[in-house]
Amino acid sequence: MRSDKKFQIFSHAVLILFSLLALLPMILILTSSLTDNNEIIANGYTYFPKKWSLYAYEYIFKTGNSVVHAYGISVVLTIVGTALALTITTLLAYAISKKGMPGRGVITFLVVFSMLFNGGLVPTYIIYTNVLGIKNSFLSLLIPGLLMNGFNVMLMKSYFVSSIPEEILDAAYIDGAGEVRTFLSVVTPLSKPILATVALFAGIGYWNDWMNGYIYITKRTDLYSVQNLLNRMMQNIQFLSQSSSNIQNANVGLSAIPMASVRMAMAMVGLLPILVVYPFVQKYFVKGITLGGVKG
Amino acid sequence: MEKEKKVGTDKKTLKKRLKRYIPIYFMALPGLIYLFINNYMPLPGLVLAFKKFNAKKGIFGSDFIGFKNFKYLFATKDAFVITRNTILYNLAFIVVNTVLAVFVAIMLAEMTSKLKKTYQCLILMPFMISMVIVSYLVFGFLSSDNGFINNTFLRALGKEPIKWYMEKKYWPFILVFVNAWKVTGYNCIIYLSTILGIDRGIYESASIDGCSKWRQITKITIPLLKPTIIMMTLLAIGRIFYSDFGLFYQVPQNQGALFAVTNTIDTYVYRGLLELGNMSMSSAAGLYQSIIGFILILSANLAVKKIEPDSALF
Repeated sequence: MRSDKKFQIFSHAVLILFSLLALLPMILILTSSLTDNNEIIANGYTYFPKKWSLYAYEYIFKTGNSVVHAYGISVVLTIVGTALALTITTLLAYAISKKGMPGRGVITFLVVFSMLFNGGLVPTYIIYTNVLGIKNSFLSLLIPGLLMNGFNVMLMKSYFVSSIPEEILDAAYIDGAGEVRTFLSVVTPLSKPILATVALFAGIGYWNDWMNGYIYITKRTDLYSVQNLLNRMMQNIQFLSQSSSNIQNANVGLSAIPMASVRMAMAMVGLLPILVVYPFVQKYFVKGITLGGVKG
Repeated sequence: MEKEKKVGTDKKTLKKRLKRYIPIYFMALPGLIYLFINNYMPLPGLVLAFKKFNAKKGIFGSDFIGFKNFKYLFATKDAFVITRNTILYNLAFIVVNTVLAVFVAIMLAEMTSKLKKTYQCLILMPFMISMVIVSYLVFGFLSSDNGFINNTFLRALGKEPIKWYMEKKYWPFILVFVNAWKVTGYNCIIYLSTILGIDRGIYESASIDGCSKWRQITKITIPLLKPTIIMMTLLAIGRIFYSDFGLFYQVPQNQGALFAVTNTIDTYVYRGLLELGNMSMSSAAGLYQSIIGFILILSANLAVKKIEPDSALF
């Protein structure tokens, strides 16, 4: 019994350490974004600022609409993307869960093979830019790579196969419900957990994606998502002022930008939605990872 | 005569079945169209690796030059460096991430307090953060002018500041650390669910027999985790030719001084295509990755299938 207590103390200590390691970088961003810029220049980013300041946030939201605009793009992209991704993933997964359907094997093979072999960046880029011509459009944020993936399809399919008893489907069919009706009024209500999980995976994928914007958005900076704006700002903090006012003014105003603290405030702005939503969705996220099991 | 009749009914039922499933085919259609566009349409483009790309002539009009692109690619030091980096980082990730994830999972599983959920929630959080923001977090610590480490940590020790983004010797450790920070929470959930599936009776009888917690972990938990560890490792080995583009591109901030230790196949392909305009090398490296990656994933999956059919991808 005594050793058990000792062990509990030990595991608390270990887990507190790991939790702190996970949190501390984010706390540094938060405190740094609230530190007076001159203090950062003198003493660097710190956990315990002597002089607090909200100026970085004021600056971001005063300098114009580029941050708000990017937020808008990210929100719309995440909502539209998640809805579309969930719809086409569920429909395809349900189709390949149908045991009696002719052609099921071929379709399943097409899904699985897409997970094993892909053309890679170069051919994909050429298809989307030269053949489909979606470069510099909202579609280039929405479509490449993110809309559906084999993993989510297989995850859902195995849920349908294992958790929805065939007898229920057969009963619905015998009662005269067509396939569509069965799907809508029998299958989807029984599949809420997996629907929530896949929606969550897709939503996080869209909110966090920076690559599509980085690769395909070369001119239309008005289509930048929060991630793309952050990305661009890391390379070039002037971008914040350039995108909101004209370039001559930006060069004058550049010396006045509290760069060190604005950088961290921008990171905080990008991080905030995840921090706010995370506690509520964590449960589904864990469930999804467990369902996917070692396949992840 | 009887055979013929049977074929006849088979045809009839097939027709009937097809009719019944027509709505299902329509349901599958959007997903199949997407698969076609996103995954299958690019495949013919792989022939580009054997061509001298000419934007005017397009993929199929460009001149065929055989294995020349590969000859050039493997004549450079780059081919060796990107292959070495990709494989060695992945091996380091497999070892470090597995040890940490198993360790944290065991600690969480043994935890009786209600705080368990809070710990798990916090440790998983980095997984949800985009690599762009991770690069900001790392920058907060490593920036040579304002970074926490130079200004607070090294200053307190009386040491000179370090130009982190210029010195490649630190980066293998930094990248392994950042990766572990991001994925430990995710991996530990998988191990945790295996541990929670172990029959509690085994532990009870062990503890009645006077077996200490430590011995229970080494003699019961770890041996029973072994199949999951093997499976996860095999699947990771299957992906050893692929790297997390964001980790190797964003976190070192695309710094040229660090390329020797941060360039992987994925970053090489990206830079060749979009920064250097070196389409030939880029497509050759891309095909090299696709083919070896495919062989590795296939073999790893076959191995998994032999040990534990349920965990295989297909």
